[in-house]
Amino acid sequence: MHFHNTVLDNGLHVIAELNDQAHSVACGFFVKTGSRDESKDVAGVSHFLEHMIFKGTPRRDALAVNRDFDRVGAKHNAQTSEEDTFYHVTCLPEYLPQSFDVLSDILRPTLREDDFDTEKQVIIEEIKMYLDNPMSVAYEAAKAAHFGAHPLGQSILGSVESISDMKVERMREYFAKRYSPANIVLAFAGKTQWDTVIDLARKHCGHWAGEPAARQAVAPRGSGSFQTILRADDQQQTVIGVADGPPLESPDRYVAQLLATILGDHTGSRLYWELVDPGFADGAEVSYQDYNQAGTFYTFLSCEPGETQENLGRITDLYADILSEGPTEEELTQAKNKVLARSVLMSERPMGRLSSLGFHWTYRREYMAVADELEAYNRVTLDDLNRVLRQWPLLPLTIVSVGPTVDVKRPESE
Amino acid sequence: MPDAAATVVTQHTYPNGLVLVAETMPGVQSAAFTLLLPAGSAYEPEGTGGAASMLSEWITRGAGDRDSREVLSALDNLGVSHGESAQNLHTSIAAATLGRNLIPALEIFADVVLRPHLDDEEVEPIRALALQTLRSLEDDPGTKVIYELRKRHFPDPWGRPSPGTPETVAAVAPETLRTFHRERYRPNGAILGVAGAIDWPRLRDAVGHLFGGWRPGAEPSVVERATGPARDHILRETQQIQIALAYPAATVASPEYYRARAAAAILGGYSSARLFTEVREKRGLCYSVYASYESHRNRAAILCYAGTSADRAQQTLDVTVAEIARLTRDGIEAEELETMRAGLKSALIMQQESSMSRSGALASDWFYLGRVRSLAEISAALDALTPASVSEYAASQGTREMTILTLGPNALVMPV
Repeated sequence: MHFHNTVLDNGLHVIAELNDQAHSVACGFFVKTGSRDESKDVAGVSHFLEHMIFKGTPRRDALAVNRDFDRVGAKHNAQTSEEDTFYHVTCLPEYLPQSFDVLSDILRPTLREDDFDTEKQVIIEEIKMYLDNPMSVAYEAAKAAHFGAHPLGQSILGSVESISDMKVERMREYFAKRYSPANIVLAFAGKTQWDTVIDLARKHCGHWAGEPAARQAVAPRGSGSFQTILRADDQQQTVIGVADGPPLESPDRYVAQLLATILGDHTGSRLYWELVDPGFADGAEVSYQDYNQAGTFYTFLSCEPGETQENLGRITDLYADILSEGPTEEELTQAKNKVLARSVLMSERPMGRLSSLGFHWTYRREYMAVADELEAYNRVTLDDLNRVLRQWPLLPLTIVSVGPTVDVKRPESE
Repeated sequence: MPDAAATVVTQHTYPNGLVLVAETMPGVQSAAFTLLLPAGSAYEPEGTGGAASMLSEWITRGAGDRDSREVLSALDNLGVSHGESAQNLHTSIAAATLGRNLIPALEIFADVVLRPHLDDEEVEPIRALALQTLRSLEDDPGTKVIYELRKRHFPDPWGRPSPGTPETVAAVAPETLRTFHRERYRPNGAILGVAGAIDWPRLRDAVGHLFGGWRPGAEPSVVERATGPARDHILRETQQIQIALAYPAATVASPEYYRARAAAAILGGYSSARLFTEVREKRGLCYSVYASYESHRNRAAILCYAGTSADRAQQTLDVTVAEIARLTRDGIEAEELETMRAGLKSALIMQQESSMSRSGALASDWFYLGRVRSLAEISAALDALTPASVSEYAASQGTREMTILTLGPNALVMPV
């Protein structure tokens, strides 16, 4: 593995982790913009823009974009989160020039109005698809409840209304402000050469212009509120609990990841043994999510409506217990073994490395080899876990319960 | 093709019928295995739907010298990511970990498969989980419609959904599950695919030692029954209408296999494929639309799916059906064939970076063909396709035997 990095004159950061053993190469643009960077009147514009990026450029219409990727067997996709929009492609090394030609071309889109109007319908269908999914409804509501007026609580997709009302001019303004080269990291992982990378980046992105973008990242404080949403036709009750955790700037994110694994990995965790193994719930998990100057522990629960109150009691008792007693040495070792093996498995594919590389660089301007990442997990001690638990005590949770019963209260043991 | 074929595939059949097929992958630290047991939901006795799934949950809850917690802890300590589940044809156990932990992991799974405790006290929690899984499935219309489509399209038991029904799951007795374990978990018909950082002689000996004493069982007899209906609607107050359809295709073992795969891919297997282009890109009718290929041993099908709002569902169905008709009638273009080839070849080479995908592919190839296809063989077969040969296949597709199912607030006008 060899790591390289440089900055083009226009401010675009270019990084690459080269691996001769790989069969493919992955590359991606990490644009530091997402729903938290939107004003209320353009709610959902980051994600809508992600779709519009694929609708064409002065050199290619939408059909040509898809065709030119597919012609060389390149797998492409994109995703929008609260704070990043990530465009990526994986292909065989010999097709990197053609694949990168398309990927870089589309990052300077035309944003034509008739494409905008057609794609609006697709976005509305995507919103409706998620409205049929109880977990998505609960997740959106839980973030809104937890973060309140903080921009991290804003919906990534927006609403049918905000998307219907949006004007193409507003998207163009947003693009001009957020897609400047200094706000983007270009990353490569897998089998290629640094000279090739540099040549491609200069040739296709060297002329990009734009003023640097800024983000006001203020640390939020979770509301700890409680809410029920009636969905009479659902069969199961879906509940999400949210608690604050370490932000991505903190070295404690490794501690938080292990803590989430101990508490709520999908198998062998405390929640698994307390809720899933006895059949009280068909899903009970915890995940740690880090954000720019923010972090959260999400608790996910799916169970029979009549079991909801008792299960919430079990979860809060379990959290109260780990706060007072702490995790055990055995739990920590087990969590490390799981996380380490999963990291190795994921890193064996260039695409698995790419997102970790790109996000590290976007927020920390730092390279972490797989070995460094493994070492960061290995260093975590029981004292670290207890310290993080004291600083981010999981309770009180912000709770949103979605499903056929509204007969659910905040658990008393809190 | 580049020289990605630096891998070596080796195979051994043990006296009890168990097949081990393995591939050494240079450049990876991990190793993965997929164990296919001939114990899918298709082989459940009448009225015990969900038994194979429930059993796959039961076997890890205590096995050999370990109780339920000790089994999971031992796997966690070896860093094993694993899943046990029942599908229509097989119960499968898939696991991945660091290469050095592969054989210790197999030791634990030998206990899980051959010596599960199957304690009575675990049955009610497992039943509660299985019932909740069924309820969660009702809350997931996109997945639900595909299960219901298979049930209507394939003759029973080949479209039988592995989660069962609330009635059968509620009724199944522990003894029924034990009998299913005794009769269906057998080495003859089982395939163990292993890929990654492995030492072949050691692996072959270890598997022989761990599974050699497993006694063969009898092939179950299966009575096929016609299903249907070919046109159906499930009423549900959802935001979107789910549209799913299926029609017969050539099986993996058939000489027409690559032509069938090409036809499916060109219809809806990638972003410039016909369905995505016509339904989503040109008309903006939906977010999700695709066609996929799936095969059993003696039958295969092309499945299409789209989800969209009630007011656009009719047009979505009409455009989808028209695209299938156009493929049958007019065939394919040379450029489409090139694109399809590039996509499949790239995917195959990239699969060489994942021990998990490769172990699954090895086991699956052995199941369908009794051998493993090399990259060179697949590549040559793809190169041999011509626009005329794929068009000829497309014209012969059994689209008259199409099953169409919708799920949502209102029914659509179905083609005859």
